[in-house]
Amino acid sequence: MTGLALNCSINKKSLFDRKHYFYADLPAGYQITQQRVPIAVNGSLSYSLCIDNKMSQMVTKTVRIKQIQLEQDSGKSLHDDTRSQTLVDLNRAGVGLMEVVMEPDMCCGEEAAAAVRELQLILQTLGSSQAVMAEGQLRVDANVSVHHPGEPYGVRTEVKNINSMRFLAKAIDYEIQRQIEELENGGTILNETRAFDSKLGCTVPMRDKEGQQDYRFMPEPNLPPLILYDAKSLPANMNHQQVINIDWIHERLPDLPSVKRKKLVEQYGILPEHSFTLLNEDGLAEFFESVVKQTQMKPKKVIGWILKDLLSYLKQHSLTVKESPVSSFLLADLLNLLEKKEISSTAAKQVLAELWKGEGKTPLEIVKEQKLELLQDQKELEQICQAVIDGHENEVMAIKAGNPKVLNKLIGLVQKKTQGRSNPVLVKQLLEKKLSG
Amino acid sequence: MVPRGVAARWRRAATAPGKGQGSLGGREEAAAGRESHAACLSPAGQPLGILDGIPIAVKDNFNTAGIETTCASNMLKGYISPYNATVVQKLLDQGAVLLGKTNLDEFAMGSGSTDGVFGPVRNPWSYSKQYKEKSVPKSHSEDKESNWVITGGSSGGSAAAVSSFTCFAALGSDTGGSTRNPAAHCGVVGLKPTYGLISRHGLIPLVNSMDVPGILTRCVDDAAVLLGSLAGHDPKDSTTIQDDFKPFELPNLTDVSKLSIGIPKEYHAPGLSSEILALWSKAADLFRKAGAKVVEVSLPHTRYSIVCYHVLCTAEVASNMARFDGLEYGHRSDMKDSTESMYAATRREGFNDVVRGRILSGNYFLLKQNYEKYFVKAQKVRRLIANDFVKVFRSGVDILLTPTTLSDAAPYTEFIQEDNRTRSAQDDILTQAANMAGLPAINVPTALSERGLPVGLQFIGRSFQEKQLLTVAKWFEKQVQFPMIQLEEVKKHDSDVFHHQKSASLS
Repeated sequence: MTGLALNCSINKKSLFDRKHYFYADLPAGYQITQQRVPIAVNGSLSYSLCIDNKMSQMVTKTVRIKQIQLEQDSGKSLHDDTRSQTLVDLNRAGVGLMEVVMEPDMCCGEEAAAAVRELQLILQTLGSSQAVMAEGQLRVDANVSVHHPGEPYGVRTEVKNINSMRFLAKAIDYEIQRQIEELENGGTILNETRAFDSKLGCTVPMRDKEGQQDYRFMPEPNLPPLILYDAKSLPANMNHQQVINIDWIHERLPDLPSVKRKKLVEQYGILPEHSFTLLNEDGLAEFFESVVKQTQMKPKKVIGWILKDLLSYLKQHSLTVKESPVSSFLLADLLNLLEKKEISSTAAKQVLAELWKGEGKTPLEIVKEQKLELLQDQKELEQICQAVIDGHENEVMAIKAGNPKVLNKLIGLVQKKTQGRSNPVLVKQLLEKKLSG
Repeated sequence: MVPRGVAARWRRAATAPGKGQGSLGGREEAAAGRESHAACLSPAGQPLGILDGIPIAVKDNFNTAGIETTCASNMLKGYISPYNATVVQKLLDQGAVLLGKTNLDEFAMGSGSTDGVFGPVRNPWSYSKQYKEKSVPKSHSEDKESNWVITGGSSGGSAAAVSSFTCFAALGSDTGGSTRNPAAHCGVVGLKPTYGLISRHGLIPLVNSMDVPGILTRCVDDAAVLLGSLAGHDPKDSTTIQDDFKPFELPNLTDVSKLSIGIPKEYHAPGLSSEILALWSKAADLFRKAGAKVVEVSLPHTRYSIVCYHVLCTAEVASNMARFDGLEYGHRSDMKDSTESMYAATRREGFNDVVRGRILSGNYFLLKQNYEKYFVKAQKVRRLIANDFVKVFRSGVDILLTPTTLSDAAPYTEFIQEDNRTRSAQDDILTQAANMAGLPAINVPTALSERGLPVGLQFIGRSFQEKQLLTVAKWFEKQVQFPMIQLEEVKKHDSDVFHHQKSASLS
């Protein structure tokens, strides 16, 4: 699935090999991998980048996928330097892994992080992996090298021990800097493995790989070649539960993130950068769509409430969309009140703040409690407007003299008098009418 | 059929003072427990399966849950398996009684069963009337004990166990002939099934692409019964075929006129004793007189098989032995300076020099600069060897008839004059091609040599055609009427016995 999603050629026959080396976390003394013929090759991954941190300017980039291979995980070594011992946890040894190898098409930490982020979303959409870096479900090693334009690629180092997307960018940028400084000072770059130290924000040399290791690759004798079929090559009498049909899987692939984003933009008229943020937060796109269904408010307006109010609140309290105390139903309810002009947007924000408390009250209840309904009585409103006009001759004169901005002050005064329960647009209209007459 | 009485008789024989060093340690409690369990079941008339109550021995390179599995190596001394090999489980599911784990060459490397850490296995025929009558002590001071003969290997313990009536059947393993070779020397039936027919899950691997579990029994019918219980797809072993296996009973073949027997001329190998050559010829005549078509055939790449086997075997061995590092199980050295030094010391202490030698060779062949020259080349030669058989079988030959060994069993003192590698290279020549080609092969005890020791002949069949192979073997067995071993009473020469046992294992 992942191979197909990344536009790879799927090798209908792939092979397994043993890669031999001795290490405490490798109980068999070898790792089963696919060195000769991996399961998928020659794909590509498109991702988007904001230029200068402006969400409104996004550019699409592509990184080539060299191959995807299946292999075994090793165990985990925990080094206890104080007691000069190593603790070995073999629970995950032997578990199947998928390694995605990218070509060196990225130029900085930001690009790498964006590419990996997109890969993460794809994997989550497919269900191939939950790809949470913090849980070790997605592990990233960065290979970094520098060179002058026009010259061949420089010696690369491998950077490991990167535990989050943020550290990925940091580690890469640090390593690029380090290499440049080293070369400019007349030094050389060693083809080594370095570890990222998140506390110090730098990379340090890791395993002592003296010279190149000879892994003595040998075909894995216990695993026959992996054969995949497509509609053309599938034999007629084959038991369908025993084989994999690539075409069958291809037909059933879910919409990938890039497709989903496009659909969101087309269907709801939101901006591309909005669709990015929607897909970036787990569950946010579904929340948005759910609200849109339940409200008359236009999606273009709804998106503001989702991305500004809801999301910032969730971020402030480190909550996921699923953990939101305000459900899509409640928010839709609130937005309907706003849309029907029963409350002002200021009032709506107040109600939302109350809803966050999660005390189970509906928006309507809160509105009633706090007396936030907009004044519906036009006559009453007119009277108040008149009263304000009458009580502020100076301001009126200023307006009539050609300073329309002073009108805002009068609007503000009306708001005060009505305790915020007046529709500022309507108030403005009424004031203007009165002042022009 | 519950052979309670029979089982009890066999159990008494098993616990007699160790003449053969055939079984390692007393699993008597386990055996006794299961036996009484079987005895309790039978009055109710519900046997567990076709092997209910039958005592079976298992070579000590098969994992047996809760029971020590050592592969006759220091590396695994004290290692208690956490699970049963699939074949062991199948036997137990059929009600078999596990009598014990049998001795072998360390990690199944060898053709004498002389290089295990518990000492060599003695061929029960050493104590037979037939051998003793024919053997003449070289001087009157030499005790009859010192010219005991080897069982062959590496499944010597299993062969000896079946041969000495210790058990009804035994499991061995066969990578280059390790079941058929000792079967021939001990006068029992040794079956190597087609690769992929019986699961290797739980068999500690030597060469994954050639290993098979082997079956040792007293007669061909019994081998068919065991095969029926063991064969079939195992999801835990991806190299087993998916097809359904149907256990079969062997017909009593009377008419061999439709049979075509091939005699491969290359199996007239250097060092083949004139005795065995004559026996082989006689056997061919036997088939001819009975109306079968007997033709000389050629397997031209036979002479490359030793070298080819050596490269592929050592390469896989080097890989398979990498897991023994002392960290997770088995022997761990006291060396604490570093992980690396602990590994090195553990492996030096845990493996004998045969194993170490093969690991070093194998690693050499797998080095990047040598891989094409040796490993890939050997795989190509292996293909050629396998194709030799395909061609012959396609030309209309049903079964091949060859000797199993070059001679009868050698005396231990003579056998150890040459090292393991030399012996293996010599002794495997007649058996290992079947492993390279994955074909089924069986040793059928044929006659006694001039020294009163068993000699067997080998039949090689088409892939997965065990029924045809065993049918022909059974016919042959009936014709030759191989004599039963006449074991003498165990004499009470206690001090002499142990003295000589000690000197034998030290030499």
